[in-house]
Amino acid sequence: MDDERTIAPARESALSGFFRQEGARAGVIAVVSTVVFFGGAILAVVNSPNWPRVRSQFFNGEDFVEAWPDVLGGFWLNVQLFFWSMLLIPVVAMVVAVMRSLRGPAFAPIRLLSVVYTDVFRGVPLILLILLLGFGVPALQISGLPTSATFWGLAALTLSYSAYTAEIYRSGIDAVPESQRSSARSLGLTQMQALRFAILPQAVRNVVPALMNTVVSLQKDVALISVLGVRDATREAQIITSRTFNYTPFLVATVLFLAVSIPLTRYVDWFTARDRRLRSQAQV
Amino acid sequence: MSDAPTPKLELLDVHKRYGERTVLDGMSLSIDDHEVVCLIGPSGCGKSTLLRCVDLLDPIDAGAIHLDGEAITSPGIDANAVRRRIGIVFQSFNLFPHMTVLDNVTLGARRAQRRDRADAEAQARELLDRFGLGDKVDEYPNRISGGQNQRAAIVRALMTDPEILLLDEVTSALDPELVGEVLGVIRELADRGLTMVLATHEMGFARDVAHRVCFLHEGRVLEAAPPDRLFGDPQHERTRQFLQRVTEAGRL
Repeated sequence: MDDERTIAPARESALSGFFRQEGARAGVIAVVSTVVFFGGAILAVVNSPNWPRVRSQFFNGEDFVEAWPDVLGGFWLNVQLFFWSMLLIPVVAMVVAVMRSLRGPAFAPIRLLSVVYTDVFRGVPLILLILLLGFGVPALQISGLPTSATFWGLAALTLSYSAYTAEIYRSGIDAVPESQRSSARSLGLTQMQALRFAILPQAVRNVVPALMNTVVSLQKDVALISVLGVRDATREAQIITSRTFNYTPFLVATVLFLAVSIPLTRYVDWFTARDRRLRSQAQV
Repeated sequence: MSDAPTPKLELLDVHKRYGERTVLDGMSLSIDDHEVVCLIGPSGCGKSTLLRCVDLLDPIDAGAIHLDGEAITSPGIDANAVRRRIGIVFQSFNLFPHMTVLDNVTLGARRAQRRDRADAEAQARELLDRFGLGDKVDEYPNRISGGQNQRAAIVRALMTDPEILLLDEVTSALDPELVGEVLGVIRELADRGLTMVLATHEMGFARDVAHRVCFLHEGRVLEAAPPDRLFGDPQHERTRQFLQRVTEAGRL
């Protein structure tokens, strides 16, 4: 144990020493190659014969400012959808995953239900599911069921993402050693208690990085709801575009989505790296 | 027959297969109250399986297991209630890594028995204190040594005041210098009259602590005798061979 402690920092300093020596030259090379690469790419685009037209079609400052309020208003709907699906998906997915993890012949129908659910909702493309639920269910005109396209869009997002998330949970559950289950059951805990108190906390911790990736992808997929004609950011941009024949509003929507997804991605990376570091330290 | 006291634990012609492999092949064994029985034998002879079956962690294929004369392997038995009467400690400790030692030890009491947390914690602290873990109650399992993990696991199994304690090679995963502290705990429990079944490779310890040693071979008890006789004058050729090899390996 002590040996490791003394070796580890030495190895680390050797590595950082390598970077210190290489540092200056590597830095210069990195800066020069970046400037050459991106400068070249930008020059190539800007000097292309159609650039002035593309610029006024896609990068028009006036149109950008003009489209901003409407697209931002639509983006608020995307944010709300993101928020609600973030609340619903973990719960639905957990129920599906637990159903599939139950042992014993009596639970066979419940396991089957869970398998069918994941197979179906993972198998259908999300955009189709949104179209089917968003147009299909309201058309049934069943009294008592909501008819809002936004509601059914949210339902489709939740059903599809829950199927994926349930599989992530399940991989985490399977990664917890069988002996942990034995030892929980040996304390007299029921199957559900063993899952809840002993297995799931470890399982969820195992899959946090994978779950975070799903969050990033969900944040973008909420834009698919625009196929129902719901006025989210994408739809608003489309409406303006069809009126003005200028595509800058799409750029507005892009900027808005990036404004959320880039910080989110950075956070996920930071969190994953920290998680890995904490785990490797924990192996005392 | 009727005058003899009911054995605490009785295995009657127990069969257990994992797929194609027969692990318990007509195992019969009877253990009295306050008796300490050591199970010895080569790997794969069925020691661990026997213990897992007694705690109802694995279902048996045929035969019966009786606890206080009551068949605990019949259908309709509340397995969780049976498990609370039996404590088991595993080779690899199996403390829950996301809980402190105290939470590990009190989990069964709090959730399975629905005891009051303060009450369970008071009992747990007292037990942990007695086994030298008084200052580790708030530590996480990966922050303490293997020996401390295993002692905490024993305390966890003792929380229900089990009528029998099953120990499955509890020192096999430990560094040699940590074996002693765990064996010390087991010896203390034996001295206090707890009924125990130990699967073990520690022959010296078996000789020291057991009232009876059983040599298991191919899923059956081949020979059972008080330690002096089993180690000193084994009756079966197989037992002799096994003890011979163990002696050569320097474990006796």
